[in-house]
Order: sequence, then C-alpha cells, then structure tokens
Amino acid sequence: MGAIAKIILQRLGLGLLTLLIVSIVIFTAVNMLPGDFAQLILGQGATPEAIASIREDLGLDRSPIVRYFEWLGGAVRGDLGSSFAQANFASFAGADTGSGLSSVAGQIAPRFANTMFLAGVTACIAVPLAVGLGILAALYRNSIFDRIANIFTLSSISSPEFFLAYILILFLAVLNPILPSLSNIYDGMAFSERLEKTLLPALTLTLVVTAHMMRMTRAAIINLLASPYIEMARLKGLSPMRVIVKHALPNALAPIINVIALNLAFLVTGVVVVEVVFVYPGIGQLFVDSVKIRDIPVVQACCLIFAAVYILLNLTADILSIISNPRLRHPK
Amino acid sequence: MSWWMWIIAALVVIAVVAYAVRWVGQKATGNTPFFRDMPFGVAYGYVAGVLLLYWIVTTYIGAKLSDDPIVLNKYFFFVVVIEGLIVFAAAAWVFRFLGRLVGTVGTRKLFRSMPLTASFGILTILIYAFAAIFAGWLAPYGQEAILQGVAANIVPGGNPAMGGNPDYPLGTDQLGRDMLSRLIYGAQNTVGIAFATTCLAFFIGGTLGFLAATLGGWLDQLLSRAVDVLMAIPSLIFALLLMTIASVWAPQLGIPLTVFMVIIIAVIDSTRVYRLARAVGLNIVVMDYIEAAKLRGEGLSYLIFKEILPNAYAPLLAEFGLRFCFVFLTIASLSFLGVGIQPPLADWGTMVRDLSQFINFAAFAPSVASAPLLAAGAIALLTVAVNFVVDWMLQKSSGLKE
Amino acid sequence: MTDKLVTIRDIKIEGRSDETWNPIINGIDLELERGEVLGLIGESGAGKSTLGLAAMGFCRDGVRISGGSVEFDGIDLLTASASQKRELLGKQIAYVAQSAAASFNPAHKLMDQHTEAPTQHGVSGRADSIADGIELYEKLRLPNPDQIGFRYPHQVSGGQLQRAMTAMAMSCRPDLIIFDEPTTALDVTTQIEVLASIREIVEEYNTAAIYITHDLAVVAQMADRIKVLLKGDEVETADTRTMLSAPTQDYTKSLWAVRSFARPVKAAVSADATPIVSVKGVDAAYGTTKVLHDISFDIHEGRTVAVVGESGSGKSTAARCITGLLPPTKGVIEFDGQALPLDYRKRDKDQLRQAQMIYQMADTALNPRKTIGEIIGRPVQFYGGLTGSKKRARVEELLNEIELEPKQYIDRLPSELSGGQKQRIGIARALAAEPKFIICDEVTSALDQLVAEGILRLLARLQDELGLSYMFITHDLATVKAIADEVVVMKDGVVVEQGEKNEMFQPPHHPYTDLLLSSVPEMDPDWLTNLLKERGVDNIGDAAVGKM
Repeated sequence: MGAIAKIILQRLGLGLLTLLIVSIVIFTAVNMLPGDFAQLILGQGATPEAIASIREDLGLDRSPIVRYFEWLGGAVRGDLGSSFAQANFASFAGADTGSGLSSVAGQIAPRFANTMFLAGVTACIAVPLAVGLGILAALYRNSIFDRIANIFTLSSISSPEFFLAYILILFLAVLNPILPSLSNIYDGMAFSERLEKTLLPALTLTLVVTAHMMRMTRAAIINLLASPYIEMARLKGLSPMRVIVKHALPNALAPIINVIALNLAFLVTGVVVVEVVFVYPGIGQLFVDSVKIRDIPVVQACCLIFAAVYILLNLTADILSIISNPRLRHPK
Repeated sequence: MSWWMWIIAALVVIAVVAYAVRWVGQKATGNTPFFRDMPFGVAYGYVAGVLLLYWIVTTYIGAKLSDDPIVLNKYFFFVVVIEGLIVFAAAAWVFRFLGRLVGTVGTRKLFRSMPLTASFGILTILIYAFAAIFAGWLAPYGQEAILQGVAANIVPGGNPAMGGNPDYPLGTDQLGRDMLSRLIYGAQNTVGIAFATTCLAFFIGGTLGFLAATLGGWLDQLLSRAVDVLMAIPSLIFALLLMTIASVWAPQLGIPLTVFMVIIIAVIDSTRVYRLARAVGLNIVVMDYIEAAKLRGEGLSYLIFKEILPNAYAPLLAEFGLRFCFVFLTIASLSFLGVGIQPPLADWGTMVRDLSQFINFAAFAPSVASAPLLAAGAIALLTVAVNFVVDWMLQKSSGLKE
Repeated sequence: MTDKLVTIRDIKIEGRSDETWNPIINGIDLELERGEVLGLIGESGAGKSTLGLAAMGFCRDGVRISGGSVEFDGIDLLTASASQKRELLGKQIAYVAQSAAASFNPAHKLMDQHTEAPTQHGVSGRADSIADGIELYEKLRLPNPDQIGFRYPHQVSGGQLQRAMTAMAMSCRPDLIIFDEPTTALDVTTQIEVLASIREIVEEYNTAAIYITHDLAVVAQMADRIKVLLKGDEVETADTRTMLSAPTQDYTKSLWAVRSFARPVKAAVSADATPIVSVKGVDAAYGTTKVLHDISFDIHEGRTVAVVGESGSGKSTAARCITGLLPPTKGVIEFDGQALPLDYRKRDKDQLRQAQMIYQMADTALNPRKTIGEIIGRPVQFYGGLTGSKKRARVEELLNEIELEPKQYIDRLPSELSGGQKQRIGIARALAAEPKFIICDEVTSALDQLVAEGILRLLARLQDELGLSYMFITHDLATVKAIADEVVVMKDGVVVEQGEKNEMFQPPHHPYTDLLLSSVPEMDPDWLTNLLKERGVDNIGDAAVGKM
C-alpha cells in the first residue's frame, strides 16, 4: 500500500497546488480592472469622502500581494469579503458590515446549498440511467437501439442547455402541466415540494449529462470488451452474465468512475444556464446576476468555488481510478 | 401524482408481453436461433420499441385527423417534430442520392458509405453557410433597421387576433425591428463570430501545441502546466469572469465588447486545442519517419510543415468541428445570459432570452410560442449537424486503423 | 459417424471490411484424431488463427462462417445453441492465446482464473481445482507452484504466464486445446521452456491439439501432422516427417528453402585497417537508468556486423548512440578514424549523410502522406542538391536498384504497398543519401519468411555492388547465420562475446552464447527431444521431473 499512498498524496498535493494557482489567476484577473473598486461601486457621482471610506473598508490602500493573502486567508476561513451590491441583495444577506456592504459568504451559502441539491437530484437520476444505458449500448452495439441512442445522445449533447430547458418546459409544463416551470425554492419548504420544483431543471441537466456519460461509458465498455481476456473468458464457456460481472466490470470500474466524476464536474458549468432559465435560486444565478451588475467580490468568490468543486471532482476521479487499478493496488 | 404508477404498470405489462412474444416466437418458428438465443432484455426492448412506435403513429394520425382546436394546439409541436424529422430525413436521403450520382470518383465513393445522419449534417451546414453569406439578400429588412410606422413589440405568429402582423411573421422587438430579419442575420453574426473565434483558438492552440510536441523540454513543460491550470477553471465560468472585467475595460478603450469576447473565448478554448495538437503531434513525433528526417538534418519548419502537419489534418479537422460547436454554444450561452454578443448585432442567444416569455402561449397559440424555440432550434440544429458529421469522420478514421 | 474428434468440412469464413464481406478462408477440410497434434502454419494473413477459432465454433467480431460444417465429438458446432456451445468450451475444448499477458484478466489472481472453468462447468469444486492447479503448475515447471497461483498476472513474467495459461487450459482435462502462436511473443531462451512443458503435458494427458504458428522449426517439434495454409487455402497436409523431408508443393518447398540462404565467407580484415565505424567504450543511460556498459566494437568497410541479443539487451540503444539520437554518457564514436560529435544535432550534413538507418516497422518509417517519389526524392535533393527531372531520374534509378518498377511505384502512397515493398522503399531512401554505412534495425523481423529472404538477398547484393557496411541488429540467429560476417552478442547492456561469424558458431562458446545458439529451434523433429536430453539434468527444473 506504500506506493499507492504515495501516488495519492502526490495527486492531492498537485490538486491543492492547482487550486492555489487558480486562486492567484482569479485574483490577478480581477485586479486587472481599470480604476479602482471604490469608484466602480459608487459610480461617477460619488463624493471623495464616500470613496475614501469604501477604499479603507476594502483595504484598497494596501499592496495587491497583501490583499491577495488576506483574501485567501479569509476564503479558507469561510470569509469571502463584502459584496458591492447593497440594497438589492440585502434580503439574502446575512450580517451587514459597517459601510452597508453585505457579506459575500452570507449571500453564497444558502444558494450553494440549493445548487448542491439540484446537482444531487440530477446525479441520482443521471448516473444510474447513463451507466445502465451505456452498458446496454455497448453490449448491443450497432443494433437499432445503439444507433437510435447514438442519434439521441449526439443531439442532446449538441443542443444548448436553454433549448433543452424550453423544450421540457413546453412539453412537461405548458402543454401537459405535470411539473412547475419556475423553481422558486425557499427555506423551510417541504422536501417533496422542493423535489417537485427542482425536477424540471434536474431533468434538463440530466439530458445533457446522461448523453455525455452514456457515450463515454459505451466507449469505455466497448474498448474493454475488445480485450483478449474477455475473449478468453468467452472461450472458457462462461455465461454472458458472468463474463460481464466477473471479467468486464472489475476492469470497467476505473473508466466508469472517471466518466461519472468528469460529468459531475461538467454539471458545475451546466448549472449556470439552467438556473437562469428556471429562476432557480442557486449559485449559478447569483453568479450571472453579479456579473451583470459587476459585483466583483461575489464574482471572484463564485469563480473560486466553481473552480474548487471542479478540481475536487477531477481529483476524486483521478484518485478513485488509481485505487481501482489492480496493477497499482498489488505492486510487484 | 399517479402518472408514475402508470409507468410502472406499463413496464410490467411490457415485460409480460415480451415474455409471451419470445415464447410464441420459439414455438411458431421451430426454435430458430433468432428466438432461441434471444435474451429476455432484447425481447423487452423490441416490444417496448414497437409500442412506442405504435403510440407515435396513432397520436400523429389522431392529431392530423382532429379538428378540435384544443387537440390541434396540444399536438402542434408533436406534429411539427414528426414532420420535421421526416422532411429532414427525406432531404438528407435525396442529397446523398444526388451526391452518389454527380461529382468526382472520390466524392461519389464518400457519399456511398455515408450514413443518413452525416448527409443530413453536411446538407444543414451548407444551408447555414448559404444563409450566413447571403443574409443581406435573404432578409426582408436590415438587422438594425428600426422600421418606421411599424409598432414595436408585435407578437410573433402573424395572427392579428393575437396581436401579430402577417408582414412580420416573427413579430418585432421592443424597438420595432423585424425579428425574421434578425433571425437570418443571426446566422451571419452568431455563426460568423463563432467561426472566427474557433479559427483564432486553433491558430493559438495549434501553433503552441505542435511547437511543444516537436521541441519538448522546458517549453513543453511550461506551456503544459499553464494549460493545466487554465483548464482547472470551468470554461463558461472563466469566460463569465473575464467578460465582467472586459465589460469595464471595453467602454474605456473604445473597443466593442464583442471583440473582447472573441479573444477571451479563443484563449480559453485554445487550451483544449493545445492539448489535442500536442497529443497528436507527440504521436507523430515518435514515428520513425520523423526520426529519419531529424537524422537527415532537416530544420524545424520542414519537420512541422512537411512531415507532421500533413498527418495531423484528419484529427484536427474533426476537432475543429467539435471545438466550433463548443465555442458556438458558449457564445450562445453568454448571449443568452446577456453578456455575449452585444446589440445592435442580431444574435440567436439574445433572441431566445428576449422572446422566452412567449413559450407560455403554447397551449392556445402554438405559432406564437414557436418564436423562441425557432432561435434556440437554429442554434441546436447547426451544432447537431456538425456533430453528426464529426461523429462520422471519427468513426471512419477509427475504422481505418483496424 | 467416425471416431474423429474434430471434422471440419469445406469451411468458408468471411471478414467484414469496407462495408463488404471478404473471404478469409475459402473452403478447407480439417480432421483431427483423439490425442493427435496438428500444426497449422502459414504466413500472416493465411487465416490460421481464424481457422483455429472456427474449430471451436467461435468467430471474432466482424467475422462470420459462411459455409461448411464444424463437428466436434459428434456435435455440430455451427447449429448448436449458445448454451450447448458454452457447455463444451472450456470443458472439452480449451484455448491458449498468443499474448498471455493480455489474455489473463488483470483484476483477478491466476488461481481464481484457473479454477473458473472447472467450478463453472461443475467438473470439480474449488478446493479440488486449486489442488489440481498447483499440481499442473508443478508439472509445467513453474517456480513456487504452491504460491505462484495466488499472484496477479502483472506480477508474473511472460514465459511463466504462458505456462500458467496452458495449465488453465488443462484445468478441465479437455479433449482438444487450440494453441494460437503461444511462443511468438517470447524470447528464444524462454520459448524452449514453454515449448518443452507444453509438449510434455499434452503427451501426458493424451490431449489433441491444434498448434498454430508461423515458425516451421517450432511446429516441427510440436506436431504429429502439419497443414500448410496460404491466403485462406490449404496448400498441403502431411505427416511431420514426410512434410519436412519431402514436401510436394512449390510453396512449401520455397518455405523450406528460405533456411538455406547463406553468403560466402569473406576473408578476415587485416589488423591495421581503419574501421568505418568504431564504437569505443560507450556507456549510455535513459535518465538515470544505465542501459549500456562499456560497449566496444568495430565495423569494417564492406562487411556486415550482426548485433544479436534478446529484448532489453541494449542492441537498439547501441544503434541510437551511433546515430547520435542518444548521446553516450562516456566513450567515443569514430567514423573513418574521425571522432563524431556525440549529439546528432552537432554533426554536419556530410557526417549525417554517411550513416543511414533502415527501420524495423516500414509502416512507421515512411510518411503515409507522401508519395514514394517524394520520400526517396527528399534525401536526393537535400544532400545531392538535385531538382526537377534530374531528381526524378535519380529516384527512378534508385527504384530500379531495389527491384521495383519506377513508373508503377513512383506516384503511389506507402499504404498502397505491401510490407516487403515498403521495406524496400526504406532501403532506397537510405541509399539515396549515398552513405558508406547503414544501420539495419530488425529490418526483417516484421516480415514473412519468404519476403524477409528477398530483403536479405537485396541487402547482400547492394553491399557487394556499393561496398556498403552494415550494422545488422537482430534477435534472430537464422538471419545472423545468413548474412553476417561478424557477430556481437549482447546481454543486459554488455557485449558478451564478439568475433568472426564462423568462429562464433563453433564451440567453445561463452555460456550465454551457447544458450542462445542452442535455443534456436531447428527443422529436425527430434531437435527438442535431443536438446532436452542434453540439458535435462542440469538446466530445466529437474525437481519436477524427479517427482514424476
């Protein structure tokens, strides 16, 4: 186990390093803004006193390096700084700070939970569906089922998320009123109601993610079924079921895990558009709103969170596939 | 909430029917291998497929024969989808048939082995290219023309009873610009900008990728690590972040935001191109013919342009298709979110957002509701078409290796 | 009807490519008695593996049996149901694949894979089959038979895996085993051990076998009867000894004749002649792993030096050092008495021109997007400065030199050529530089025997005409015997022995050279038996033999 532990530690270290560099990239990008934040917040007509007050409040009079470490230190502790937006997000905000700026963390936390709920529901539907269909398509490759599945998945991969969303709204909400088309979720909602309201955005994401995942699973399994040891298992006269379960599956685990993690990471990006379409109060919508009103601290924080989740999922895929590789698990 | 119980019941019924069909098939055909070796799952699939087909056909016929406006409205989109599929399939078939008759020996051979999806894809791409190039002739009005004496906010559908106008089948926007013209110009803008962006991304990523593959060493290390970091940030998120910053810079520098968008997306996307170009390049660089050329004393430019590039065209072309789709969708998404292609340029993503509320009219005025779907569908159709062609190309090239 | 174990009648098999079905086997009959070993030989593309699998009623994806019948033990395999066939496979018919490393499932221990067939077919319980497995491992002379089964495939070496796979095939004591090139991927010294153990165990259990190989000498040791295939047709079938001594068909005779190609012995070089290439005390390393240790040898004008060794011996690395692709960490490379810069990038155009290289895989050695004319024309233009019609004339001259009709080939792409023709283009490209010295890296090992012989003859003729010197890297001692003037034997990055060919093939040898030489199978059907008798006591695991 020594060797494998070493590899995993290496990967973890690498992931952490990547995250660190990503945070530098994000911070630098934001600091490339012309003028200064205070001006940006208050607009052209602001009094010099007000600007000075905000500057002090944000610590803009210090060097960028100091501010980076303060921002990073705060982010690690869960303090993401103050939002520029004042009145319009006040209802979401937690504690207000001195100059009327609301805390970014307070805005993000509840929305992040909502987004995780949406992603969780999507994953629960998409993962078993995609892996199952992918295996079926691989087993019956070049059959009618496989060809139709190929056309469907290709189409759904190529369609923009908002197109799929509107199609689903059209058929499942407007023409056949089965599900609500708006996902106005609030705290203290009953779970079943929450689930019902989340279902349509979740289904939209499922369409996209399932298509990707299914194609990748299919490719991985076909690749595997072509290996000589599968032929050997067949030539031993084993039942098709046993060939799959005993010989294909243990080796398919690594690629399938990889596919799942990669697609969950993909979900992180997909969530933005879908949340906007369904007015789902998640972090994606907050991000887009903040982009529009140039609420830089929130944009910066959301970006960091998205990147962290993305890196974490890719790291998980990496580590799980190392663990499931018999060559690494049983070194010579 | 009993629809899911219906689904379970239907699944059980299908299972029973499937079992029966297989049993009857075995008895009736004297145990031919087709039925004898048929797994239950396959029988299940057949029965479910047949039932689905039956439902589609009966619903379609029912909708066509009915004259009840409620039924007509309800199945309007269903009928459109079915008929659209049939028309597209027929057009693709005719196109392929013509392709097999005319052209050089090479292209005719190509058309002979072409699946219907690919010929559909090629045909669609050609139509889009036509629309994009000749948008100025095709569109009844200019994309920025604010029509004098025409009301703003005419509802799409051309039905005066609903607030439409037959002269403007897709209605007008809040400034009184003709939406149909804007849809046609959208082909020029959205597709053109996406194409330019992809080309830029390929230029940056391809050049650096091949350099890294050929030279190796510290340059390769530096570029690859940088790309690793950039790829660790989800691309849409990164694009949104950079667009925020660019939106502050753009008015100060007097450069349109759209230019920034092209550069930002091209740079983000060039990381993916870099990865592929480097991988393809590395595969070629280890070939003995490259070693032979190196040992002959050939220079770097000969190696890249004469030995490596000619062998990289096929995978790069396929990747170009995929990258184009990705860029196209990213731009559409950004525009949909309101930070992409900026007015007054007409663009499909923006149109979808602006028209989206009409979708709620679907139950009683389907033609009105179809407006946002038309713009979104225009985006989807092109990416689907490109993907079909790329899929065929990839299958062909992987088939050749066997 | 008869007591034949396998009866194949007029079988036709097709494979799918380019959307059409093309014939692979065009109607072959095959019969096998119980306990008989039939050798199937043929060149690549002869359809021998396909036929072997068809004897199990099995087709790979994209292959179908389009006619004829296959009967095993009275059961028609082509009409039998899937479950009926499964009942036979593994239990009565077993298969040993070419690459054991790829054919063992990496996720399970050897023993778990070994016991699978007996437990699944209900032949014996798990405990019994484990005990039986250990016994089989012992008989096949695997080291540590008690423990080796509890390892994962990647923890066991190639030769051992191949024997473990034979044991696995034996696990149900089948009536028939199909051996599909079981020793092709192995080094000669390992091959002997595997051949010996396969033959012994097949004899002991009186198992019938179909032994598929392209190597005549191997099949001579293993088979009772030999069937020769050519492009999906049967050429002839006969008892092994008859087939070896008196083949009736021209094709078979030509196969046999390949082995007789040999060059006249050249006079030894005088001691004071300056060698064309001289390698002096060279060390080389990949990163921190040292792969060459103090290598020295000379190559004189007009002579061929064969560098022989098994995989991993460092023979190709030595070539990379000479060309400058892998600069040595120590030592000197001299060309015509002048020390060459160690890195090829520091050599001038003329130094690069003088030493050319021909590669093993002609497929990867020729740019698939360039025509033959461009491939050969480039060095003509690059070194000779010829362009236009002069360049074309020179290219045509070179094509004539390698015995290919210029008009017919000059505008073709490499993919339109056969393997042997591609290799000739590689030779022409090297000649185009008008070198003094050519490195031939395993140039014949990817080719069929007849084609390989053609290449060897061509190289020999060019040497005589142009006074070229060759460094001939190979693992095949038959090739060495045919073409070399001097031999350098390498093992683990060290030169074990070197000298004139005639001296080298005469005893006394260095022990490793001896092992290498004696391991090369010969056409004599008694060769393996005699060799084992010779080595018997001291070399091959006597412990197992003693217990029997």
